[in-house]
Amino acid sequence: MRESKVTVKIPRPLYRKIQLVIEQSGFSSPTDFVVFVLRDLLGEAERKPTIAAVKAVAAEATAAGEVGDVAEDFTAQDLETVKHKLKNLGYL
Amino acid sequence: MIAPHGGRLVNRVVEGGERDRLLGLAPKLPKIVLNAREMADVDMIAVGAMSPLEGFMNQADYAAVLATRRLKNGLPWTIPIVLAAKNADDAAKAREGGDVALETQDGQLLAILHVESKWKMDKGDEARKVLRTDDKAHPGVGYLDSIGDTYLGGRLSVVNRLKYEKYNNRRLDPVETRTLFKQKGWKTVAAFQTRNPIHRAHEYLTKVALEIVDGLMLHPLMGETKSDDVPADVRMQCYEALLASYYPKERTALVVYPQAMRYGGPSEAVLHAICRKNYGVTHFLVGRDHAGVGKYYGSYDAQKIFDEYTQAEVGINLLKFENSFWCKRTGGMASTKSSPAGPEERVELSGTQVRDMLRAGTMPPPEFSRPEIAQILINAMKAK
Repeated sequence: MRESKVTVKIPRPLYRKIQLVIEQSGFSSPTDFVVFVLRDLLGEAERKPTIAAVKAVAAEATAAGEVGDVAEDFTAQDLETVKHKLKNLGYL
Repeated sequence: MIAPHGGRLVNRVVEGGERDRLLGLAPKLPKIVLNAREMADVDMIAVGAMSPLEGFMNQADYAAVLATRRLKNGLPWTIPIVLAAKNADDAAKAREGGDVALETQDGQLLAILHVESKWKMDKGDEARKVLRTDDKAHPGVGYLDSIGDTYLGGRLSVVNRLKYEKYNNRRLDPVETRTLFKQKGWKTVAAFQTRNPIHRAHEYLTKVALEIVDGLMLHPLMGETKSDDVPADVRMQCYEALLASYYPKERTALVVYPQAMRYGGPSEAVLHAICRKNYGVTHFLVGRDHAGVGKYYGSYDAQKIFDEYTQAEVGINLLKFENSFWCKRTGGMASTKSSPAGPEERVELSGTQVRDMLRAGTMPPPEFSRPEIAQILINAMKAK
């Protein structure tokens, strides 16, 4: 059973811009792209506190010249959880 | 620390309200039951082990990988990471722009696939370009023969991590291995990929690596292998025994690599290296006939394939090794690069010879295999 759908209006210039953006991008239509972006955005919105914490960790890593070792949504609390797991498993 | 492939460690595990929304949506979606290879792929994609992939490859990336051994964006990539519809009904229900629920064989929902593309694949073409053969006796070709011929590609939203029955004390995600290396102070880390017990020759390669890097991660592949490979349980016993007695504990970590074998030789060597980079590894060992099977690949094809890319593109440093052996003349482990001795002065055994000895309960010479390892293998043969 498919979900029912609704129409959302967006400005025509924006629509044209999306058409250009999705050329050869793998999205089959502007609608697919908009659905994708909105889903992504809403997913991100759920994790706002996490993202703030990640930015703090990432900034710290950047300052220490360690860019590349921090996942985008890896929080300071996550880091402590991982360290705890590593200790419990005998790795640390 | 080394950057992930593509510069960002992917995380496709969804949480909170988005997860709740997808859990509510899933029962209304068409579903596909994943095989063992696909389940492992989903779990690796979820945690960034296959960064920059955010899902199963879409048609554009698939075509680029087959034609150029790169993703569409130009990043090196050699093995299609793909999802096959299991039958015509699965294929018909999946719609580009729609969603599909992906389940384990025991009915656990793992992920939602946001379908970007659906296409008919050519099994022979994929086999020849990726596996360099379409011989049906090749296990990778056999796998292709066993699946459907419609691929579905798109991003994944992973709502439940795959639950493993075994070795959970040895399973670490990339973010965890990266944290481990950082906590240990290992700025350089070598990874050793294997799907076999480690005998002296491979132990030697890892020890040579340990001489030049800060830490070693034994990263045995524990995903699906062919039925006549040494069973995972037996191999794990071997690795644990070897580490306990012959490696410095503070500089070595044993971690499970969950991917399924493709037996793609050179193509798979590149995949193995790239994924290890995502785990934070800086050096990757590539020996003789890496990920090979039978006589489908040249002894050093898996090393030569890396010449197609620049060092900057691959990112990880390769440690390329020749075949090694116990050398009677020099009284130590060696290779043709480091010993002047002829073949008659080497202690080498073929796979068949070793299997015959173990089956007969005969210990191989200690120059070939550590006694603890040989004993575990003999016990396993007896128990069969």
